[in-house]
Amino acid sequence: MVDIPSSDSSPRLRGPQHLFDGLFRGATLFFGLFILLILGGVAISLVVGSSDAFKAFGLNFLVSDTWNPATDKFGALVPIYGTLMTSVIAMIVGIPLSFGVAVFITELCPPMLKRPLSIAIELLAGIPSIIYGIWGLFVFAPFMQATVQPFLIHTIGRVPVIGALFSGPPFGIGILTAGLILAIMVLPFISSIMRDVFETVPAMLRESAYGLGCTTWEVVWRVVLPYTKVGVTGGIMLGLGRAMGETMAVTFVIGNAHRITTSLMAPGTTISSALANEFTEASGSLYQSSLIALGLILFVITFIVLAAAKYMLIRMQRQAGN
Amino acid sequence: MAKDLARYARRQRKNGVILGLSMAATGVGLFFLGAILYALLTEGLAAIRPSLFTQMTPAPGSDGGLLNAIYGSAIMTLVGTVVGTPIGILVGTYIAEYSRNNRLGQAIQFINDVLLSAPSIIVGLFVYQLMVVPMGHFSGWAGSTTLAILVIPVVTRTTVDMLVLVPNALREAAAALGTPKWKITVSVCYRAARQGMLTGIMLAVARISGETAPLLFTVLSNQFWSTDMSHSIANLPVVISNFALSPYPDWQRLAWGGALLITVTILILNITARTLASLGGAKQ
Repeated sequence: MVDIPSSDSSPRLRGPQHLFDGLFRGATLFFGLFILLILGGVAISLVVGSSDAFKAFGLNFLVSDTWNPATDKFGALVPIYGTLMTSVIAMIVGIPLSFGVAVFITELCPPMLKRPLSIAIELLAGIPSIIYGIWGLFVFAPFMQATVQPFLIHTIGRVPVIGALFSGPPFGIGILTAGLILAIMVLPFISSIMRDVFETVPAMLRESAYGLGCTTWEVVWRVVLPYTKVGVTGGIMLGLGRAMGETMAVTFVIGNAHRITTSLMAPGTTISSALANEFTEASGSLYQSSLIALGLILFVITFIVLAAAKYMLIRMQRQAGN
Repeated sequence: MAKDLARYARRQRKNGVILGLSMAATGVGLFFLGAILYALLTEGLAAIRPSLFTQMTPAPGSDGGLLNAIYGSAIMTLVGTVVGTPIGILVGTYIAEYSRNNRLGQAIQFINDVLLSAPSIIVGLFVYQLMVVPMGHFSGWAGSTTLAILVIPVVTRTTVDMLVLVPNALREAAAALGTPKWKITVSVCYRAARQGMLTGIMLAVARISGETAPLLFTVLSNQFWSTDMSHSIANLPVVISNFALSPYPDWQRLAWGGALLITVTILILNITARTLASLGGAKQ
């Protein structure tokens, strides 16, 4: 853009306008810095709040699987495992689904349906976490318990090695159910970014490939995807960041059990659900400090994932701009 | 020749299968949207009756409504929006008008985008330590602060996106008339971008009106009618969460009613915002 100079560089503007210009610029700069301050404040408050826990348990906190409020012994391994596991399931299920939606909308969909379809999928993103939570608890979990889980137990559950993941009684709630709900929740985020970056592919590239006789799938797989891989990865990481921090939907269906089991159908806990379930009832400063330490871990992980996602999307934007 | 044809047929088949799967994926997405809305309508409509809007949250086993929770949510959302929106607009203005190519502006935009997707529960923890611990109790103000912090990145983001679209010719024309820069921004750029900025505000309201997790740490909830923002105040998301997890059918029914209420509000906000945005797009 052109830089229209603030009046302080033009000697002829004097009086109140000069002052207003300075004030307005100052105000925008102040609140701009305020954003950085919020992030800094979040980091500092988490570090300060968790210092008791790290003093008491050291780095052992990260790898210990004890979580016992009665004896004041805490470790973060179980919630970290739960957060990673549910997010991995969400990604395994969510990425192909989102990719499919994005391909359908950019390549197949009749132009008339494009907008309504995009809006419908994005409305999924607007539905708040808690709604997914109560839907998961009252509708999806019972369905999982009655239909999906028994089926999995009797089929994949019998395969050696992998079978252990799908063994045990069908609780309905648990890590698998939470992961699947997360998959539905990240679908709109990932697919809308994929759709946006797919549309940055120059029409000439696409048309050249079609001209050589490629099928639609070959165009997507060999031309569109290589061209947009940075943006697609960015979108996936953004979805991953969302999945890891998601709270209410997970809290309702995870079962809040502080243990690691091989079976994905067993109840578990995640960082965010442990916080939501236990924080207000945490008596004792060490208990609370340990929960804040969980928050710090979540903050660090999601910050890294989201910053990487953002970095990739910026790179994609630059590429599209050229 | 036959070999080539077989290969061609195989490629076509593969294409058909995968495109069929992508259609199925879209179907799955739409199916879940439909399933959630269907459950909300069938379970929630039963709870929508006049008493929902005129009575307080009941004790288990008795009849009641959600009036105090609706009021609490409305007032906290209002305060959060009123506080967060101007800040977001100013931050967006700084990024788009004053520092489009310098490092500080880029850093602020980057951090803002990270905050946009950061887990809201972390913001709740932050405000808990910032306000609830020093004050010694949960409060409506702490909840509003949390919501305001969640509003800022959404509004900032849309403000930047919209201001960038304002053609420079407009700015130059105003500058040629001797208009000072602050006035160019407020009377020319904001006016040109207002539709998009309004969209951003509506999306921000939609986002905070369903936020639950951070409110658990900052407001908690209140069984009774209360307008005192310096103490716990009832609010829809937390009431829904408590009631849904309770074993009482009356409470569960109210939870569904509240869930339907929130979802309808949010969907209306979302659809209006998108329609506004597309009207603006068509005009340009």
